[in-house]
Amino acid sequence: MLGRTARRRREALSEITDKVWDVVVVGGGNAALCAAIEAAEAGCRVIILEGAPKTYRGGNSRHTRNFRCMHQGPLSVLTDSYEEDEYFNDLLLVTKGNTDEDLARLAIRTSESCLPWMEAHGVRFQPSLSGTLSLGRTNAFFLGGGKALVNAYYNTAADLGVEVVYEAQVKHVEIEGGRFQAVAVEIAGAAPCRVEGRTIVLASGGFQGDIDWLARAWGPAARNFLIRGTPYNRGVVLKDMLDQGADTVGDPTQCHAVAIDGRAPKFDGGIVTRLDCVPFSVVVNKDGERFYDEGEDVWPKRYAIWGRLVAAQPDQVAYSIIDAKSSTLFMPSVFPAVQSDTLEGLAEQMGLPAAKVRETVDAFNAACREGDFHPTELDGLATDGVEPRKTNWARPITEPPFYGYSLRPGVTFTYLGLKVDATARVTMEGQKLKNVWAAGEIMAGSILGEGYLAGFGMTIGTVFGRIAGQEAAKGATRGVNSNAA
Amino acid sequence: MPLDHTTQTPAATSQTDEARRQIEICNACRYCEGYCSVFPAITRQRAFADGDITQLANLCHNCRGCYYACQYTEPHEFAINLPKALAEARADSWERFAWPGFLAGPFHRSGVAIAVALIVGLAALFWAAQALKPAGGEGFYAVMSHTIMVSIFTPAFLLPLLAIFVGLRAYWREVGGQPVSLAHLKAAFADAVKLKNLSGGAAEGCNFEKGDRFTNVRRWHHQAVMYGFLLCFASTGSATLMHYLLDMPAPYGLFSLPKLLGIPGGLLLTLGGLGMAVLKTRGEKDLGAPALWGGEMAFVLLLSFTGASGLALYAATGTAAVSVLLPLHLGAVLTFFLLAPYSKMVHGFYRLAALVRDAQQKS
Ligand SMILES: Cc1cc2nc3c(=O)[nH]c(=O)nc-3n(C[C@H](O)[C@H](O)[C@H](O)COP(=O)(O)OP(=O)(O)OC[C@H]3O[C@@H](n4cnc5c(N)ncnc54)[C@H](O)[C@@H]3O)c2cc1C
Ligand code: SF4
Ligand code: SF4
Repeated sequence: MLGRTARRRREALSEITDKVWDVVVVGGGNAALCAAIEAAEAGCRVIILEGAPKTYRGGNSRHTRNFRCMHQGPLSVLTDSYEEDEYFNDLLLVTKGNTDEDLARLAIRTSESCLPWMEAHGVRFQPSLSGTLSLGRTNAFFLGGGKALVNAYYNTAADLGVEVVYEAQVKHVEIEGGRFQAVAVEIAGAAPCRVEGRTIVLASGGFQGDIDWLARAWGPAARNFLIRGTPYNRGVVLKDMLDQGADTVGDPTQCHAVAIDGRAPKFDGGIVTRLDCVPFSVVVNKDGERFYDEGEDVWPKRYAIWGRLVAAQPDQVAYSIIDAKSSTLFMPSVFPAVQSDTLEGLAEQMGLPAAKVRETVDAFNAACREGDFHPTELDGLATDGVEPRKTNWARPITEPPFYGYSLRPGVTFTYLGLKVDATARVTMEGQKLKNVWAAGEIMAGSILGEGYLAGFGMTIGTVFGRIAGQEAAKGATRGVNSNAA
Repeated sequence: MPLDHTTQTPAATSQTDEARRQIEICNACRYCEGYCSVFPAITRQRAFADGDITQLANLCHNCRGCYYACQYTEPHEFAINLPKALAEARADSWERFAWPGFLAGPFHRSGVAIAVALIVGLAALFWAAQALKPAGGEGFYAVMSHTIMVSIFTPAFLLPLLAIFVGLRAYWREVGGQPVSLAHLKAAFADAVKLKNLSGGAAEGCNFEKGDRFTNVRRWHHQAVMYGFLLCFASTGSATLMHYLLDMPAPYGLFSLPKLLGIPGGLLLTLGGLGMAVLKTRGEKDLGAPALWGGEMAFVLLLSFTGASGLALYAATGTAAVSVLLPLHLGAVLTFFLLAPYSKMVHGFYRLAALVRDAQQKS
């Protein structure tokens, strides 16, 4: 029995290693799948090397929920219109201009035709989720979320004859004379092997899963960060390409982090660990001190700022405290709040200095003034005479029971990536590589130099995944001809 | 405060608690909102009492869409398997509400119990046919007199209905149901006739027998069984009315109401039931309540057998085979009726009640 499975595995392995694939796709998330589907539809023999096991296939893409899409009129579930300039301005705002305008506009313009393409390849959309109405016009939500999208693409790819290998970790991309030859892969249960191809698409995400790398880039504080997505994006391929001299974009010392529930798992906590209570709360650090204006802006916009703020606090942790009157004003949290009838009791349960918390909250309460409270808009209900001020939704924390949540920075992705041109082609020392393309998070830094725009990660992955797949397919057929000549 | 480990991992708790744990995660996530009525019902609340869990569990149609779409299935530590959690909480509620309660466990959990009940039912009917053989009578009634059939089947029909009623009343109390209006009923039936909750939200069906691919195969088979059953029921009902009100006793010709309803009904029931049984062997056991698998399988086979024996009986009209086929068919019908409150059959009643309750909560 065992002997037979071993033989079968060997046979399966030799089927992969005995031939030269038209297109080798590294990674198994959204960008990889879009590339593989495009290349297979162009008639190529395509192999996907996904580092994760099947249950965890799809990288961070399986945690996503929507896709930001330009549309000149109503389109599928999207109402009204969202034109190129508005989209681009939104991007400029979050990136503070840290973007490549040509590539950004390319992504934005192409997003419109991507939506019908996605539908034609099995993705289903629905109106925006409850609690996210603000995105109803700009973002198309996946029915069932990102994992349903990933499943649909895997099924489409299978129907097109794409070979998928799970637990296949690519360790090295062999590039000689500006031309890719093969990848070195470690497949679970098999000896390390080489997979040869005429072209390659790199779509293996960022490096946020490699905590050591994060710590080198950001400092030791990064060891306390939580990683919101897959543990399999460790930047192995990115680093291998950098070591070989590939050109890069994006700030290597930066990552996109948001403030999430401090009790979230180290990896893969995904969307549910977000906490929306901050605007209605008082946030203290582990010494019981406030450190920033909790009411600066509506929460989705301030989400990322708080990731950085918490990262700068001792032990990279903060505590958000609300009282009974605010307990139902935000989306439910995945973990129940710590709860107590007294503020001191709450502080003790959270391991905070009770006297100091009392002092901080008393000072805050004393600075609150009368006024109208509107939870869904900037209501200008600000404190008076406390530092830092709270500029909106400032109501005294007085009504028991009191509730508390811990906050930690949760890393979404890293910015450092491969530099690509408008055809998703990777460059090395300023020269275009002949047959190497990149798509998704691994090249997103080209467009998203800093900040984040909800739904833009999937836009970049879909647009450049498709381009990379089409270009690689062209390259593979050209390659065949030139080899023959 | 525990910072470095999560509190959202399954512990050895009750089925209701496990379902609640998962539902709370879903309520923070909501990605599956478009699949069925369960998720919108979840998002209407923040906290879930036991009765809420019972309601959500009975609203779930086990389409399994939310399992395949979930980024938190095992080996993830959140260990989400909502179809299973709800199936188990649902089964738990049926056993709790069953009256008399001791009957529910064995029939839900064991196909063997259903098979034994079937054999007992058949034996009883054969015995009745033998021991109380009528002196005269035409057609079926030459095998078994009308009076005997009526005196066996009237209580065999009414008692289970009473038991189901008692169970439904307990359900309604637990989920906090309110007086039912016509609008609620209309909304519930509108969902039920189309099996809307098995549509996967995009009318592409469910994820039952083909893993993460969507198909409508199970939905169609379920519809066949449901409509087949209703047609058969209508056939018997029309025959009863014809017998008593119009003084038109059986046998009936091909173009009579009982046959026009009964033959397509029997075909749908037989084929739909067989289809459901085949699908059941292909579906992932662990996305339902595994302990109930045998009981459910026996139930669909019993349904199919009831339809098939009825058709065979009709085909054998006028032949000697009737003396065997009649008790066979009636024995199956008897077993089916008697087990209705304690087998998978109850799901239809509770599901409808859940849809009515959902309509109330939406309005
Ligand atoms: C919690 C969360 C929610 C998000 N929500 C959204 C959203 O709603 N909308 C949006 O647009 N963006 C969202 N994002 C961002 C989005 O996930 C990414 O921008 C997008 O998924 C990137 O796609 P990708 O294909 O490049 O990478 P991924 O989907 O991460 O895929 C990378 C793949 O490469 C594989 N891999 C890594 N290393 C190797 C190796 N050495 N060998 C082989 N395979 C390897 C991984 O296993 C994985 O399959 C979210 C991110 C997170 C963390
Ligand atoms: S089943 Fe999973 S993906 Fe669906 S709502 Fe629940 S937690 Fe989210
Ligand atoms: S199994 Fe289907 S019907 Fe049940 S909760 Fe999940 S999506 Fe809804």
